[in-house]
Amino acid sequence: MFRFAFYRLLQAIPVLFIVISLTFMLVHSAPGGPFSADKAVPPEVIKALEAQYNLDQPLWQQYVSYVGDVLQGDFGPSFKYPGRDVTELIAAGLPATAELALYAMLVALVIGVSAGVAAAMRPNTAQDYIPMSAAMIGICMPSFLLGPLLVLIFGIHLEWLPVSGWGDIPGDKILPAITLGTGYAAYIARLSRGGMLEVLSQDYIRTARAKGLSEPVVVAKHALRGGLIPVIAFLGPAFAGLLGGSFVVETVFQIPGLGRFYVQAAFNRDYTMILGTTVFFSTLIIIFNLLSDMLAIWLNPKLRQQTQGASL
Amino acid sequence: MALLEVEGLKVYFHTRNGVVKAVDNVSFSVDSGETLAIVGESGSGKSVTCYSLLDLLPQPPAKIEGGSALFDGEDLLQCDRSSMRHYRANEIAVIFQDPMTSLNPFISIGEQLIEPLIYNPDSDRRKSREDARARAIKLLDEVGIIDPQSRFDSYPHEFSGGMRQRVMIAMALINEPRLLICDEPTTALDVTIQAQILELIKKLQQSHDIAVIFISHDLGVVAGIADKILVMCEGTIRETGDTDTIFYNSKNDYTKKLLAAIPEGAKISPNSKKQDRPLVEVTDLKTYFRHGGKATQHGGIIKAVDGVSLEIQRGEILGLVGESGSGKSTLGRSILQLAPTTAGLVNFDGQPLTGLNAKQMVPWRRKMQMIFQDPYASLNPRMTVYQTLAEPLLYHGLANSKTIEQQIRQLMDDVGLAHGQMRKYPHEFSGGQRQRIAIGRAIATKPELIIADEPVSALDVTIQAQILDLILNLVERHNLTMLFISHDLSVVRCISDRVMVMNKGVIIEQGNTEALWKNPQQAYTQQLLKAIPIADPKLERSRLSGL
Repeated sequence: MFRFAFYRLLQAIPVLFIVISLTFMLVHSAPGGPFSADKAVPPEVIKALEAQYNLDQPLWQQYVSYVGDVLQGDFGPSFKYPGRDVTELIAAGLPATAELALYAMLVALVIGVSAGVAAAMRPNTAQDYIPMSAAMIGICMPSFLLGPLLVLIFGIHLEWLPVSGWGDIPGDKILPAITLGTGYAAYIARLSRGGMLEVLSQDYIRTARAKGLSEPVVVAKHALRGGLIPVIAFLGPAFAGLLGGSFVVETVFQIPGLGRFYVQAAFNRDYTMILGTTVFFSTLIIIFNLLSDMLAIWLNPKLRQQTQGASL
Repeated sequence: MALLEVEGLKVYFHTRNGVVKAVDNVSFSVDSGETLAIVGESGSGKSVTCYSLLDLLPQPPAKIEGGSALFDGEDLLQCDRSSMRHYRANEIAVIFQDPMTSLNPFISIGEQLIEPLIYNPDSDRRKSREDARARAIKLLDEVGIIDPQSRFDSYPHEFSGGMRQRVMIAMALINEPRLLICDEPTTALDVTIQAQILELIKKLQQSHDIAVIFISHDLGVVAGIADKILVMCEGTIRETGDTDTIFYNSKNDYTKKLLAAIPEGAKISPNSKKQDRPLVEVTDLKTYFRHGGKATQHGGIIKAVDGVSLEIQRGEILGLVGESGSGKSTLGRSILQLAPTTAGLVNFDGQPLTGLNAKQMVPWRRKMQMIFQDPYASLNPRMTVYQTLAEPLLYHGLANSKTIEQQIRQLMDDVGLAHGQMRKYPHEFSGGQRQRIAIGRAIATKPELIIADEPVSALDVTIQAQILDLILNLVERHNLTMLFISHDLSVVRCISDRVMVMNKGVIIEQGNTEALWKNPQQAYTQQLLKAIPIADPKLERSRLSGL
């Protein structure tokens, strides 16, 4: 297993290198720059600023020095927040975003898996159609619509829950988590329904029933593990997506998270900030994909033994 | 009153294309210590009959329309969920056909074994984990699993097919059922393993005094173990009686057809076109695989074919027999250069094939074709019969747009398919018809050599007999040379001129078919031949008691 993880991490190096190079080229080819503003700034000031951040050097030199810095774990200073490092800013935004992503994932898993499993147990009945139609709506509904809608209903009309903030008032984390998690819950519901339907038609499920096991044991013990493999494979990309895709939710609910920094950085042409967050998110995506692959292997005895054999 | 009395059972499938009467008015009974065999082809309703007793059919589409099944006086078809769980767990056990798919790959076999005990619906029969484990290990030992203590925690993929079927049998017996339903328990197994499993079921039945329902498509298999036989076809009973009556005094045409289909005896007419000129010469061929992809693991290399030399004469059918894992399929593929060979030479018509690259192989591919085992998996489900048959013709430039339709009609005539089926897709055909399509595809390029890898082992006996006839006929008419690979010795005997026996990657014995049958030299061959079930109840019983 360790050897497997090691090789996968080795493969990640060229991937990250390509991500850095492509992003570097893209941000620098976008029109405008970090110091172009509405107000007319004297050219000498801009020159001085560009010199300060090495932006007057040829592009390839900037690239080489940037890659060099990243290799040492230094994402450079932010252009828009003078005096602050990109690393520092990421560290400031990450806790809120990570917490939000974690809650959203819990919401997605609990709702998604139970809806999917319930649907698969009685396919082509109301127990299947209702959750699956709801899932379809959940996939179609963008979070910038769902968020305000939930705020309107639960925050303003019913006055059950706070409408914004993060960690200030009890319960203010519920609506953001639901808003962010719903879309993923819908995907997970569809994946687990498909996986469970496939497994429930297997011969070994018939064997389990023929042994006189009760339906809950058949489903929980014999079917769930195989049926949720597609969901586990989806967890890695989903978690990374939750971390990187929380911008809308963070804006709607005024959460001081990473997503907002990320999008603001793009508007501001804050080159180092864009690059830094992109590399950071890419690393997360690679790590979470690796983790979900390892989980899938660990759950399958045959694969588990093969990879264990490899590490001997 | 017998232990199980089924009366007027009707199970219909309500499908989009109308109602299918899978089981129509079937009645039978079976008592303790007695074995009832239900025999019929695929789709005859034999499995549906038994699954409906335990409510194991998917409903819908299946629906039990009528009848009763009295088990010890209680109607299984009427009982509620909790009493059904009681019957499933403690009274009636099932051994399913395919041991490769019937065990849960995610759960250790020990855990699967003890489940009926630790989750038993009847609290007085429920056992603690430790007690259940002890009982499971005892049963594993009884069914012949070596070192059951340490095997208890192994997973299904660590067992061979025969061993998994033993585990299935142990699982079925763990709660000492009074009725055991065996659904083709040996169909997926090699002949020697089949003999062992049949013997084991028989032995356990006697020691535990249970009633057995044994489902099979092959009358030959049940000859030695059945007391009574029920012949089914298209959901109805065609004939029922005690074993000797069915075998020696059958009045029914369908039963006679089933009996006639059992492959038995020598090849009737030897090939007239056989020449003493080799078409294929194989010298010291070796095909090795790395285990699990890495040479360093487990000491690493599987010697699937380990130094085989052979000649296939023009016009002959050479039989290649061996058990699963003997390397016979790999040998076939290696001759066609479909598996990468490690060392050795393959000459076709005097020309070396080993060492040619894919492009250089193309003209040779036309001259040698393959028929695969599973007609369900070997045809592209998105191609019609027309497309499947046209592809090799067009690829090798053997047809143009004007002649192709005519050629395909000719091919369909050759393999006995109606022209009207040309535009149909594989899923619209039965297994036998699909194998006809696969054979048509193989002979389309007018090859000289055909390697047939278990072409009939996925088919029912009656269909098997038809396909064997077709193959013999085509070999004769088209001057084909054939390597016929099979684990079924009776089939090989009735089709081949010469036989080779393969074991662990090497040819251990070869010779003319009848000579080898009468006088096998090697102990392994003798053991194989002894394991073949005889389709004659009296002979078979004495054979079984002699084992």
